Amino acid sequence: MTDVKNLEELFQAKIDAEQKIEPKDWMPDEYRKTLVRQISQHAHSEVVGMLPEGNWITRAPSLKRKAILLAKVQDEAGHGLYLYSASETLGTSREKTIDDLLSGKAKYSSIFNYPTLTWADIGAIGWLVDGAAIMNQVMLCRTSYGPYARAMVRICKEESFHQRQGYEIMAVLAQGTPEQKEMAQDALNRWWWPSLMMFGPNDADSPHSQQSMTWKIKRQSNDELRQIFIDRTVQQAEVIGLSVPDPLLKWNEERGHYDFGPIDWDEFWNVVKGNGPCNKERLDARNKAHAEGQWVRDAAVAHAAKRAKRKEAA
Amino acid sequence: MSENPNNWPLWEVFIQSKRGLDHKHVGSLHAADAEMAIENARDVYTRRQEGNSIWVVKSEHIHSSRPEDAESLFDPADDKVYRHPTFYTVPERAKYI
Amino acid sequence: MAMSNPLFQYTLRLGDDLLILSHRLSEWCGHGPILEEDIALTNRSLDHLGEARNLLTYAGQVEGKGRTEDDLAYRRMERQFTNVKLVEQPNGDYAHTMARSFLFDAYHLPLMQALLKSKDEQLAAIAGKSVKEATYHLRASSEWMVRFGDGTAESHQRAQAALDDLWTFTGELFESDDVLAQMTQAGIAPDMAAVKAAWSKTVDEVLAEATLKRPADGFMATGGRKGMHTEHMGYILAEMQHVTRAYPGAEW
Repeated sequence: MTDVKNLEELFQAKIDAEQKIEPKDWMPDEYRKTLVRQISQHAHSEVVGMLPEGNWITRAPSLKRKAILLAKVQDEAGHGLYLYSASETLGTSREKTIDDLLSGKAKYSSIFNYPTLTWADIGAIGWLVDGAAIMNQVMLCRTSYGPYARAMVRICKEESFHQRQGYEIMAVLAQGTPEQKEMAQDALNRWWWPSLMMFGPNDADSPHSQQSMTWKIKRQSNDELRQIFIDRTVQQAEVIGLSVPDPLLKWNEERGHYDFGPIDWDEFWNVVKGNGPCNKERLDARNKAHAEGQWVRDAAVAHAAKRAKRKEAA
Repeated sequence: MSENPNNWPLWEVFIQSKRGLDHKHVGSLHAADAEMAIENARDVYTRRQEGNSIWVVKSEHIHSSRPEDAESLFDPADDKVYRHPTFYTVPERAKYI
Repeated sequence: MAMSNPLFQYTLRLGDDLLILSHRLSEWCGHGPILEEDIALTNRSLDHLGEARNLLTYAGQVEGKGRTEDDLAYRRMERQFTNVKLVEQPNGDYAHTMARSFLFDAYHLPLMQALLKSKDEQLAAIAGKSVKEATYHLRASSEWMVRFGDGTAESHQRAQAALDDLWTFTGELFESDDVLAQMTQAGIAPDMAAVKAAWSKTVDEVLAEATLKRPADGFMATGGRKGMHTEHMGYILAEMQHVTRAYPGAEW
């Protein structure tokens, strides 16, 4: 036991000294478990996140927007892949990780269980959802686990255009015809609160958070990040003439931040538990793609084996 | 890493971003064979002009040193300061040395 | 369909082929058989879209009526689209998608290579960029044909079925008409007999390696170049154009 205790102290000392933890280093089981859970959830979010936006690729209203959206959704696939890679360094196979998603055991960001109803939703997702995600991701570039941090650096570099393209879509709509402006405002109304929920429960109700902060997996609390996001986004909405759907939103001179209304956590937990508007559709789509891809993956393996055998024989 | 032989094996990817630079590890991916691994690496890791050359190697072929050996492997280099040019004193007037 | 501007019509068909194929491929985004393939297929779709945009933009300039790439993509109806029927065929299973791309890539690469020498500088320049992409596309789709053909019994059967289904749409790729004849005569379009020979050679080589049978040349579908499409086309356009048509005059 003293050994493990020593190892834990050494481990924490490394973290306190801002040294990255690498795959072969000793780490507490709980640290590994937390990472596997968090990284795979993050990966699943990227991959499931392709669906609500992907279904607008064929309907994008200009060829320029279509190319941007294709590139963006493809990036999400890439980011999912970087993250699955990072989680594989912890000794869990991608297959196992994906099985957990497909069976509904693993979670992904609840935001993707909301439907994309109009073109403006593509703008709102880029601006708000990617905007919220990137705050988290910038923080994670300094996370203590090396492969995760490196994946995040790559992701942040690539994501920088995602939020801007979304904001641009909204700006163009807001300055367009009255119908377009209405479409943009409606999208903001629907995506605002779910975006705030993306930062997770309030700090007081977030039991794992403290340990994650000590291990420097997380480096800023949910509430801190949420507040920064609100402060920035409210200003951005003003610039393009849209209004944030929160009657209690008010600048607080003393705090130097916006005060905002209460978040409906019942809705949040309800969606987490599987009762969001699109939970079933999202999982069904992933399961369908996986099942229909089985023969494709098998064919590639069979062919590779045949070729290897022939090479050996030659 | 993949227990099931029907899964595409895991490959480590190394990208040379510019001629003359080292190939650098960028991550991993799954592919049925080496050709596919290279093509997938191209699509996954060089979408933004990051690539000039790609190496892939099956992850199972990578052997790594053990962290617990780090001291015995690397600390002995600590006292060999004479391997570094700054260890030596040369007359100030001497040039290009 | 007056013959007043054959260069416009020729450029438009090149662009329409790529626009519609890109559209079909983009339907896969998020639904691919494995994440790596999803990314690869989206790259393919993006490449085609990029080339289509160049071609449609140029077609608009050649026409000289101020039409943009978006006017051409979003403001024409089925009868005005001049792509071949091959590219509008539904994705089907992955074998159908790959076989459709393979049959197209094997035509597209030699076509682009030949267009490098086009007397029309702009088309030659567009081809210059496309050749690199098309080389990669053909390599990748050929490899998949081989993997499927020489993979499992199921993949072999699926690949063969896809080829058999799609074969009837390959004749149109090499069809001649007045537009093409004029363009060839002007040294703008290449000699399609040579492109067809290159296509045929690639198909034979790849199918041989894949242990797949080249279907016999039976009845060949036609009409796409004249705007006579399969019924799929209307649905593609309905989906693609519905937002822009619902808000006339709006900018996006």
